[in-house]
Amino acid sequence: MLPGNPEGLSMAIETEVGVPIEKRRPLRVRETLVGVLKMRESAIFLALLGIMIVITIVAPNFATSGNIYRVSRQISFVAIASLGVFTVILTGGIDLSLGSIIGISGVISGLCMEAGVHYLLSIGIGLVTGCLVGAINGLLVSYVGITPFIVTLGMLSMARGSIWIITKGWPVENIDERILVLSQGDILGIPVPVIIMLFISIIVHFVMRSTVFGRRVYAIGGNEEATRLSGIDVKKIKCIVYAISGLMAAITGIMLVARFNSAQTSSGDGWELDAIAAAVIGGASLQGGAGSVIGVLIGAAIMGVIRNGLVLMKISAYWQTAIMGLIIVLAAVIDRIKNR
Amino acid sequence: MEYLVEMRQISKQFPGVRALRDVDFSIREGEIVCLLGENGAGKSTLMKILTGVYKQDCGTIYYRGQELVLNNPKDAYERGINIIFQEFNLCPNLSAMENLFLGNENRTKRGLFSYTKTRKRAQQLFEMLDIDIDCDAKVSQLNVARQQMVEIAKALAYDTKLLIMDEPTSALTDKEITTLLAIMRTLKRRGVAIIFISHKLEEVLQISDRIVVLRDGENCGDVETAQATKNHLVSLMVGRAVTNGSAKRTTIPSQETLLEAEGICGGRIQDASFSIKKGEILGFAGLVGSGRSALARLIIGAEKRSAGTITLNGSSVVIRHPKDSIAAGIAYLPDDRKNMGLVLPMTVRENTTMCIHEKIRRLLGIISSKEEHLVVNRYIDELDIRVYSSEQKVSTLSGGNQQKIVIAKSLAVTPKLLILCEPTRGIDVGAKAEVHNIIFQLADQGISIIVISSELQEIFNLSDRIIVMHEGVITANLPRHEATQEVVMRAAIGTAS
Repeated sequence: MLPGNPEGLSMAIETEVGVPIEKRRPLRVRETLVGVLKMRESAIFLALLGIMIVITIVAPNFATSGNIYRVSRQISFVAIASLGVFTVILTGGIDLSLGSIIGISGVISGLCMEAGVHYLLSIGIGLVTGCLVGAINGLLVSYVGITPFIVTLGMLSMARGSIWIITKGWPVENIDERILVLSQGDILGIPVPVIIMLFISIIVHFVMRSTVFGRRVYAIGGNEEATRLSGIDVKKIKCIVYAISGLMAAITGIMLVARFNSAQTSSGDGWELDAIAAAVIGGASLQGGAGSVIGVLIGAAIMGVIRNGLVLMKISAYWQTAIMGLIIVLAAVIDRIKNR
Repeated sequence: MEYLVEMRQISKQFPGVRALRDVDFSIREGEIVCLLGENGAGKSTLMKILTGVYKQDCGTIYYRGQELVLNNPKDAYERGINIIFQEFNLCPNLSAMENLFLGNENRTKRGLFSYTKTRKRAQQLFEMLDIDIDCDAKVSQLNVARQQMVEIAKALAYDTKLLIMDEPTSALTDKEITTLLAIMRTLKRRGVAIIFISHKLEEVLQISDRIVVLRDGENCGDVETAQATKNHLVSLMVGRAVTNGSAKRTTIPSQETLLEAEGICGGRIQDASFSIKKGEILGFAGLVGSGRSALARLIIGAEKRSAGTITLNGSSVVIRHPKDSIAAGIAYLPDDRKNMGLVLPMTVRENTTMCIHEKIRRLLGIISSKEEHLVVNRYIDELDIRVYSSEQKVSTLSGGNQQKIVIAKSLAVTPKLLILCEPTRGIDVGAKAEVHNIIFQLADQGISIIVISSELQEIFNLSDRIIVMHEGVITANLPRHEATQEVVMRAAIGTAS
């Protein structure tokens, strides 16, 4: 396979000079290496390493195995939700409702378990719920033609409100213990959420890079009109990505139920910020058409590590919120300057 | 009388095209001069030089006898040279009077926006032009004619000496045109010089004092309107005899009809019917905005048809979305390569196979990269597309090669009918000849081709048959041997009868 991102190479060529010197020759090892270094993902990966080094120096208890275990688990939850909204962002859309979908899928599957439904079926019902809510977003965006921002902003409120209505504000606490392994177990010392996250990442990466569907998602973000004129059903694809975002939020939601041994009504509240920020820090363009799964994972790691670092440094929760916001804006500023 | 503005020996070269060569143009105060010429004759370039958008390579502009150097549009603006484009530069969300003084707002003594002053001055302007527009009406609520009047009034708010109007009547009804011409006469009486660009000869003869004709970037006529006739003007615009391009058409298309479009309506298109034979090249001529590409978009389902049927190989087909047309074997190459043809941030490979995902997909929708490379390499070779690698982003290619990628993309679907919109717009002469050769080869292979071009010469070089459109209606359908440039031009400006 060729390197994922030949951007560095095409930049070096500048404009094509009209002479097919060595038409379509394969890329050489050295060029590949240069290409990898020029990749956006490498830059943010270095940033992640830098941040980790600084935190290790300031807060020595960062690099302990116990802390790394907890941080990686926490990052996994955000990363999964982020991968979902990432597919939406690739088409040039946005999903602000994912936090509420996290909540409602958790509550629905929790209620199923409380009512004595088999735990696997309960999980399935939770996932279907998330998928359906996402699909409603998608239908309204594609076929009714409302802007994604408004649709998902409304859904944020509707889904969260529905949680309050269904539960009357009480958490669901009779959770089948067999699901706890999803978030509290580990295999060979690796937390199960990390394994789930890696598994999902590989699938999403593969779908986006190697299938017709993924190709079309990127094409829509790159130029929607050209894609439509190429005979591609843009509406259908857009609808599907919102459903995917809903599904990923639901997976996160059920894992959070397993994490806290109960379905909290406020579960997922405000998570859209972290999930979207992770994708954007990881190089996804809000205009659509650009970004990678690896970038999203690194973005989620940056968010998680900084959050954890602030806790270890005993910085107050009030400051933490402000600092996280600052980092998101800073990432956008750096990106803007770099692309100028 | 002294000239207000005089342009002498203006030349302008663009990469691959000489847009203007030693063009002279002058206008006096209170004079209405019409600038006439085919699409691409150099009218817009000349006006862009006069308004400081482009800089001439050589030649001089004089303003009241003094040499005038225009470095940017602001320089022209400050001398009172103002242009009204076909697309208006108004903020639709603001009221008429707010638009009049945009960037030049009337303030109160305390520096706040003064509604009183603004309203008073706006009313004065509208009165002067003798037009009835509600100062508080939002521009978005005004019809096109009124928006245009606001635009004219806006120009006057800046003490305009020279007003350039680029096809101001193209979107107006007959009645509105009469009003516009009356306003132009009012302006003339006030000493404003007007350059009027239009294809409608009746209006030109009615309103102008003098007519300047451009052809292929050169002056080819400067006549007093009193002495001009329609026939004379058409021959001046068309000029040279039809010359054949490098390649020649030798094959005769088959007699078998491929596609028949019957009573197509939608948008501005009214009841358009035509048919095309297998292996035929059908040229669509007409002025910009005559509805040729709009018709193409109705045929392929990119826009909604309100009526009409399409028959392919004798059986009727339902086309509601571009995907239906591709499934039926109709490929479309849009006129705007960058915004409608290509996904610029994607690679040559990804763009080429955009329309054939169904063909290269395997189990679970996985793209067969072997198959994909096969297709891409085939077209890179066949069309001689000059790329460094098939992984190159199309945004880094030249216009000609980008166009070839779009052609490759349409050919990959192995179409029966290929609709090409402005296939050679913005590409250099060499690439243009290559594209023409490709078109001939495809027709020889039995593919039917519709060529929509604003360049009459191109239509003549390529077509077996020529259809002419004027304001959404097909006004002529001529076999190649019956079509002369004059006949086509007449049909295009709606004076065929």
